[in-house]
Amino acid sequence: MSDNQSSPALLSRRGLLKGGAALSGLIISAYLPPMVSRSFAADVVKGANLGDGAEKGYGAFVRIDHTGAVTVISPKIEMGQGVQTGIAMMVAEELEVPLSQVTIAEAPPNAALYTDPLLTFQATGGSTSTRYTWEPLRKAGAGARMVLIQAAALRWNVAPSLCRAENGRVLGPNNQSAGYGELVDAAAALPLPTDIPLKPINTFKLLGKSAQRLDTPHKVNGTAKFTIDLQVPGMLIASTRTCPVSGGTLRNLKNEAAAKAIAGVRDVVRLDNAVAVTATNFWACQQALNALDIEWDMGPHAGLDSAKLDKSLFDASAGDGVFAHKAGDIASALKNASSRFEAIYEQPFLSHSPLEPMTCVAHVRADECELWVGCQAPGLAQMGAAKVCGLPVEKVVIHNQLIGGGFGRRLESDFIFQAVDIARKLSYPIKLIWSREEDMTHDRYRPHYVDRLNAALDKDLRPVGWEHRIAGASVVAAYLGGLPADGVDFDAVEVAKDPIYTLKDLQVRYIRHDPEVIPVSWWRGVGPLRSTYAVECFIDELAHNAKADPVNYRLGLMQSQPRAQAVLRKAAEITGWDKPLPAGSGRGVAVSAVFGSFVATIVELEKQGAKGLRIKRLVTVIDCGFANNPTSVASQMEGGTLFGLSAALFNEILIENGQVQQTNFHQYRQIRMSDAPPVEVHIVDSVESPGGVGETGAVPAAAALVNALYAATGVRERRLPLSRSGYFTV
Amino acid sequence: MQKLMVNGVEHQLDVPDDMPLLWVLRDVMGLTGTKYGCGIAQCGVCTVHLDGHATRSCVLPVSAVAGRQVTTIESVGEQPVGQAVQKAWLEHEVVQCGYCQSGQIMSAVALLTEHPKASDEQIVDAMSGNLCRCATYTRIRAAIKSVSQA
Amino acid sequence: MKFFHHALGLVASCLTLSVYANETATLSKGEYLTRAADCVACHVVPGGKPFAGGLEFKLPFGSIYSPNITPDKETGIGNWTDDEFVSALQKGVGKDGKHYYPAFPYTSYTLMSREDILAIKGYLFSLEPVKQVPPENTVSFPFNQRWGMMFWNAIFASNERFTPDSKQSAEWNRGAYLVQGPGHCGECHTPRNLFQAMSSGRPLAGAELGNWQAYNISSDVQHGIGAWPEDALVSYLSKGYAPGFGGAGGPMADAVEHSLRYLSPEDLKAIAVYLKSTPAQAEGITRPSMVMNDAALQKGVGLKLFNDTCVACHQLDGSGRQSPAGGLAGLKTVNDPSGKNLIATLIEGHTPKAMRVDQRMPDFAGSYSNEELAAVSTFVLRRFGQSQGQVKPEDIEKSRASALH
Repeated sequence: MSDNQSSPALLSRRGLLKGGAALSGLIISAYLPPMVSRSFAADVVKGANLGDGAEKGYGAFVRIDHTGAVTVISPKIEMGQGVQTGIAMMVAEELEVPLSQVTIAEAPPNAALYTDPLLTFQATGGSTSTRYTWEPLRKAGAGARMVLIQAAALRWNVAPSLCRAENGRVLGPNNQSAGYGELVDAAAALPLPTDIPLKPINTFKLLGKSAQRLDTPHKVNGTAKFTIDLQVPGMLIASTRTCPVSGGTLRNLKNEAAAKAIAGVRDVVRLDNAVAVTATNFWACQQALNALDIEWDMGPHAGLDSAKLDKSLFDASAGDGVFAHKAGDIASALKNASSRFEAIYEQPFLSHSPLEPMTCVAHVRADECELWVGCQAPGLAQMGAAKVCGLPVEKVVIHNQLIGGGFGRRLESDFIFQAVDIARKLSYPIKLIWSREEDMTHDRYRPHYVDRLNAALDKDLRPVGWEHRIAGASVVAAYLGGLPADGVDFDAVEVAKDPIYTLKDLQVRYIRHDPEVIPVSWWRGVGPLRSTYAVECFIDELAHNAKADPVNYRLGLMQSQPRAQAVLRKAAEITGWDKPLPAGSGRGVAVSAVFGSFVATIVELEKQGAKGLRIKRLVTVIDCGFANNPTSVASQMEGGTLFGLSAALFNEILIENGQVQQTNFHQYRQIRMSDAPPVEVHIVDSVESPGGVGETGAVPAAAALVNALYAATGVRERRLPLSRSGYFTV
Repeated sequence: MQKLMVNGVEHQLDVPDDMPLLWVLRDVMGLTGTKYGCGIAQCGVCTVHLDGHATRSCVLPVSAVAGRQVTTIESVGEQPVGQAVQKAWLEHEVVQCGYCQSGQIMSAVALLTEHPKASDEQIVDAMSGNLCRCATYTRIRAAIKSVSQA
Repeated sequence: MKFFHHALGLVASCLTLSVYANETATLSKGEYLTRAADCVACHVVPGGKPFAGGLEFKLPFGSIYSPNITPDKETGIGNWTDDEFVSALQKGVGKDGKHYYPAFPYTSYTLMSREDILAIKGYLFSLEPVKQVPPENTVSFPFNQRWGMMFWNAIFASNERFTPDSKQSAEWNRGAYLVQGPGHCGECHTPRNLFQAMSSGRPLAGAELGNWQAYNISSDVQHGIGAWPEDALVSYLSKGYAPGFGGAGGPMADAVEHSLRYLSPEDLKAIAVYLKSTPAQAEGITRPSMVMNDAALQKGVGLKLFNDTCVACHQLDGSGRQSPAGGLAGLKTVNDPSGKNLIATLIEGHTPKAMRVDQRMPDFAGSYSNEELAAVSTFVLRRFGQSQGQVKPEDIEKSRASALH
């Protein structure tokens, strides 16, 4: 799929963001003319139904029917982050309808309409959703409101300026009133507005106030349907066993008769690197897979193990790689420094392991491939599926679904392609469900990284500058098929090349080192999470090296970052940072400016015994600009913080004989309620443009934890997870 | 033939006796509110009530259910405690992706039925077998507490 | 201290659970005896081809590997004559006069008749030949001098067939034959003397086996199986568990999976009848009384982990949630102050595919530290047993290091 990507995809999200409002307006106008200028109105008028041949460029976001019911087409998939409610709120705010009148429909793959200009393709990820939709979706609602008012004004023969919209109706100057449903036909004849002013923030009725999410009522009574819950006529369940070594193939298959003799089993399907069984139920699929005698050709990577991979990455990390950033002269600075400080940090391979395993419903017919699947990148899924089944892209129909946990995993479409590969050999639709074991051992993993930092310190032991070497597999290259001409994985070096600390000399080197056997991909927090761990541990080490308070030391280096300073001060204030703790207890802090937001997290923990850690308090302060739906922001910060801690405490994917050793949650343990206290979130009041929150909470968690461990024990751990060094929660 | 009492209704089903209840519910009866997560009783998303007790249906052979009452998320709202818990879940906006929440709610209802005034400690003890990858634990605690203190 | 009286209820309910599918009807005599002798337990590696060998046995003086006993002429036993095969099982001397180490239980198989042994050979020769050479043994001098076994055999191996005891019933004699001969129970359950031979004075009194303890299965009421009803023994042997009495783990779970569950109900009952008549050996772990200790419910790592990962199947009262198979109460495992089998179960889990889902348990070796596993072990011992055992992190490490395979 990567070869379908053109060069615009290689733009950095952060690079785009840094330009601020002026630049982002430019981008939207460059990328989204159809959405901004005409999208909503045509649909208001025609009631067009996307996916049924409506004109391209029309009806991208809003539909209103004759009863006045509003449907918002969401270009972003719901995977728990609350984004669809946020998008509905944006439209409802400007359209002047109560949120209860709005329902959400999933956008089909359509690059012209739904490309995310920050990601440069149609996808949900990178904490871009609210940032990108903030302007166009409000404009979609406002534009629709304008033509509805105009239609009413014509009907009543009054000036539009004398009419106003309220609560799903247009009200006239002489107590006239018309519901939106009555007006949609009349609005059809009207030209689309070109200049769409937006409501000032201080007049918002919905935005900025916590709203009940639209998707949750169905999720508390079992009626919400995830992909794994779908049923289409004639469908059978399918499950696979894929070669345990990536790159291996199916050599031989015996005992098919025994597998087929199991009640409910229909077919055994051979794939290049896997065997699939279809049956009336998942249990029969598993029994049949167990009954098969499968012989693999493990391929060229069967000899690989974690020790070898670790060593080769560690050795590579000492190399020079390519320059990702160069300011000042770090070589001279290091040479002339009154002292230097060096540290190496390591972060492991990680699995996503969402609780809904990889699942896809697929029906391949002679002339069409129909897919029902929760996916974060429907456009890429569509293109790849077309290749697998040999149909034109437009003959692949994707019905996007609720996602039972994404965390980046469903930006990948490997399981969708496998489902298509099975379904194209069968005459009936299948629902492919991976067992947890298949899911965990055939993930696309967050890469293992080594970060080396070397700081030049002045006589006060403050950094004049530092060199930061980042070594690991390139996710960007894996996902897009290559790197830009400079050879830098722009995601991996985010934060590192633009730290919140003022440094005269800063040099960032990127050393690409792809593991031979392990496929890699995006994992919640992506490059900024990795860089933040290294930088925030390092600055903490520098503070302790200078015998300085870690908060004050940071503040002294953050003069150019008022918003970052403010969240740090607030977090320190909430936790009573200055109040000493008893021996064996400590607080650790980490700060970050990521995804357009600013965040400071403080972990307070107490050591129990040699390696027991009792996390006593978790505080996180976020400035995400204007908080659309404050409850969703708080939820994302609470969950993100614990998500980050979970991996930092427990998680590491290990390889033996080329095979992933962690197969299920007993070996890849997750944080439980007993492991950590509630997370206290403070949201800074702000009217700045919204920043991202989906990944922001996860980003500083690990560094805050490790820094707290140091504060409590005087032991500096640099390699994650902490369980690797014997630590556990009590 | 297995005779089953699910959500107050008796069913006669032609399924093997070692088939886990989870798959009988989901793939045979179409009750998909109960989810699959691990298959080894480590995540709790498959939790149902067996005679009122929270039970992992992924490791429960259907034959072991004979003569016992199975309650799933689809009907737990018919009980006063179930209703109160579902309401609290919405009021506290517990849910993120929602995949684990059927199991969380079933565990919470079992806890609050047995201990209507569940303490903080009892909440943690009873809920720590249920994983949430979105890590909604902060709000799960708060929602349960609001019911136990009501 | 709170007593609970689940015991009878548990036993009754276990008997209502279905027994394994009746596999016995279709087995030939040769296959039945091959099952009874559990040849495959040793002659396979996990995930490997049955009877193709290669399993490692870590002995104090090095490692030996089980040979390939498929009929492959080159790497298996395809060229063996009847006499050679009988000699191997009865005398421990293989083709070309090679002496076996008594990891191969010829000291028990010797009781089998030539006819039964040749039935086994017939079955093995009916299987598909597998070309596979096991790894070389790594036994150090002087133990690598196989001729030395001649002297050992002269003292410890009897080379005689089973003779029925006319004073006992046919059922008893059948049980005795199965236990002493093909079943080779004593190979694990009888303590060994200094020379690694089964101790003649303490049959079935229990013995260590790597990181596992093979319990006392003599008729002693406290230490052995004397208090077990016959039905409970049959349930244990056929299904791997008898609620309130025992759950087969580790090597014994293998024996149930590969061998015992294939035996006819009559044969299993015969085994039970015989075992309950053996001389009582008053040594080893005693059965706990069915008592729960509420004082053990103290806040701590042990209770935390039990609530996190164990309680969903075992329950805080140890009665088993999904079915009585998850019951902990009444098991010797929770009354052994060293926690040996408890630790081994936590580390190795219990995941035979042939077992029903309610009988499986994941292994916790990978992502739980020695401190954590020690704490949860101690909690289980204190909660469900009376030994006041205290498991230390070093005990967990020791168990990890002494795993059998």
